[in-house]
Amino acid sequence: MLIKKAEDIRSSEITPKSLYLNRRKFLAGAAIAGAAAATGFGLREIVSPSATVLAGNKIDGVKKSALSTTETVTPYKDVTNYNNYYEFSTEKDEPAKLAQKFRTRPWKVKIDGLVDKKQELDVDAILKMAPPEERIYRHRCVEGWSIVVPWVGFSLSELIKRVSPTSKAKFVEFTTLLDLAQMPGQQRNVLQWPYVEGLRMDEAMNPLALLCFGMYGEELPNQDGAPLRIIVPWKYGFKSAKAIVRIRFTDKQPLNSWNISAPMEYGFYSNVNPNVDHPRWSQAKERRLGEFSKRPTLMFNGYADQVASLYSGMDLKKNF
Amino acid sequence: MPRYLKPVIFLACLAPLGYLIWRGLHAQLGANPIEKITHSTGDCTLTFLLITLSLTPLRKLTRQYWLINLRRMLGLFAFFYGTLHLMTYVWLDKFFDFHEMLADIAKRKFITAGMTAFALMIPLALTSTKWSIRKLGGKRWQVLHRLIYFSAAAGVIHYIWLVKADLKKPLEYAFVLAVLMLCRITAWIGARTATVGKVSASQS
Repeated sequence: MLIKKAEDIRSSEITPKSLYLNRRKFLAGAAIAGAAAATGFGLREIVSPSATVLAGNKIDGVKKSALSTTETVTPYKDVTNYNNYYEFSTEKDEPAKLAQKFRTRPWKVKIDGLVDKKQELDVDAILKMAPPEERIYRHRCVEGWSIVVPWVGFSLSELIKRVSPTSKAKFVEFTTLLDLAQMPGQQRNVLQWPYVEGLRMDEAMNPLALLCFGMYGEELPNQDGAPLRIIVPWKYGFKSAKAIVRIRFTDKQPLNSWNISAPMEYGFYSNVNPNVDHPRWSQAKERRLGEFSKRPTLMFNGYADQVASLYSGMDLKKNF
Repeated sequence: MPRYLKPVIFLACLAPLGYLIWRGLHAQLGANPIEKITHSTGDCTLTFLLITLSLTPLRKLTRQYWLINLRRMLGLFAFFYGTLHLMTYVWLDKFFDFHEMLADIAKRKFITAGMTAFALMIPLALTSTKWSIRKLGGKRWQVLHRLIYFSAAAGVIHYIWLVKADLKKPLEYAFVLAVLMLCRITAWIGARTATVGKVSASQS
């Protein structure tokens, strides 16, 4: 029997994205209009309807998490159109457009270094390792803006436990895909490609550290790091590597791309810290997208209770 | 110069501000409108500074001597957009916290450079009237207005020092400024050798 693979589906058989988006918009609009009529509220949704219009595939069986914040979630439109993703562009409004055709399947993740079993895992096998959870986290960029995002994933420790690193492994390194054809930003030497990031093993094993493949209940949009990324909410955003193809365990502190680019400005730890300024700008305050005034930045981005003990006795001004 | 040209150019100079306001009213400024306003007004300031600086070489090159009549207006537009740019910082970034701003100016190189660029424009804007030229005398006025070179250079340095990794756009401004400065340096050298030549010729 001939089973059609995904590539065998003729393009004419696929509903154009604009059509199904329009249908979704119509349905969402109808739902909002109904709700608004019923309650007399919902003005905000009508003013910015795209906040509720999603484009990806829904992820089933997502559990709520006690680690989530109750703060107001940033609109989907903002989180998907304001991306620091230099593999596509250094302009934040461009990855949304340039990442549209990025291929996220098939996708393999190489697990190597100091592990018992070096292997190549299919991303869909990784997604099945643990039940998906919704984690609503604050996300603070080193540039001084922040967002609140309902990520979908599970603790990074779930994967690490299953690939069993050896006792010598003290750090874990994440590598983003290198593909100049698909990622036009990599044709320019603004950073060293491929992008690499790293965590200390105890940081990676902290339950807050998230292996992420979705947001807003759906699969990750390409411009937000699909198909697989990490989210480290107590560190500046650039620590949360996107489109990961390799996870390597090591006994030496790995380099990270921004540290290679400007070692005086971006350290290995890069914990959110209002008391340690970036050499060129203050980190004491941040602008939450959608808000007019700035708000004070919190130590460890408000996750001090969960992570401060990881750094007890360390000079955080030196280990910035 | 045709009489209608100046008002037309005046309106054209306001277009970037008009477009910014239009985008603001139609929620087209993206996820971080304040950042967009800051960057747009900053870009406008540098662009108008460089346009102003290009008039003299352009005038000589094309022999369109009336171009000089636009210089004051374009320079004042650079000051206008520079003021808007500074206001976004004072109001929308620092919320009039002068203590914090003073600390910023002292501590952050790119703020120091930006403030320098703006401060150097102030005397030029103040002495932009015909009355000031008469009062100062053409020669002294001209010397004073050479501050624009330093203002433009400080503005470009301000931009270079603030970007994280991608230097493309600030270096484009730097390139244009370098070309414009080169035009002047060659003109000065040309003028000097011409006078020196004349003097030595008359002495022999």
